[in-house]
Amino acid sequence: MARSLKKGPWVDEYLVEKVRELEKKDQKKVIKTWSRRSTIIPEFVGHTFAVHNGKRFVPIFISENMVGHKLGEFSPTRTFRGHKLKETI
Amino acid sequence: MARIAGVNLPNDKRIEIALTYIFGIGRSRSDEILEQADIDKNIRTKDLSTEKISKLRDIIDEKYTIEGDLRKEINTNIDRLKEIGCYRGLRHRVGLPCHGQKTHSNARTKKGPRSGRIIR
Repeated sequence: MARSLKKGPWVDEYLVEKVRELEKKDQKKVIKTWSRRSTIIPEFVGHTFAVHNGKRFVPIFISENMVGHKLGEFSPTRTFRGHKLKETI
Repeated sequence: MARIAGVNLPNDKRIEIALTYIFGIGRSRSDEILEQADIDKNIRTKDLSTEKISKLRDIIDEKYTIEGDLRKEINTNIDRLKEIGCYRGLRHRVGLPCHGQKTHSNARTKKGPRSGRIIR
């Protein structure tokens, strides 16, 4: 079920602070994060996040289209190689 | 013979059902439209007067995305998911279900006909 609009998007506060800081310094630095649960907000556009997938940090450049999704959606946690083929007669 | 939104010409059925032959209109939308047009939903399509049909056509044209436009919209939405490389987009790319269903068995709608190693 979708989240109530009343509450607004959920973002880990420290991420917002980090982005604001970078913005103030006019820098673009990769932000390493474990916060897969954070929603991508418009402020994040143009920054790069390295999102942990349990094993490594996957670098993600945030584009406008990604706003509203969660960071974790872009950093797959599983490698799927397909199921065993069944033998049919 | 009624012709609304291009190629749709359902006949002999109650108008409530006939409207659902249009892609993008189901039972609830059909009811909604007929209420707006003030038409009894039990009338057969062939018994409708031309004015009433054009009235339906106007309402549908004005308020709903249907047929080709709707298909296009759906496809652009899917393409967007694919392009940004999110989980749902990846699932669309490999042709597997996106809503977290199991794929060890079933998921045939998305995966298509079975293909396996044939013995003998």
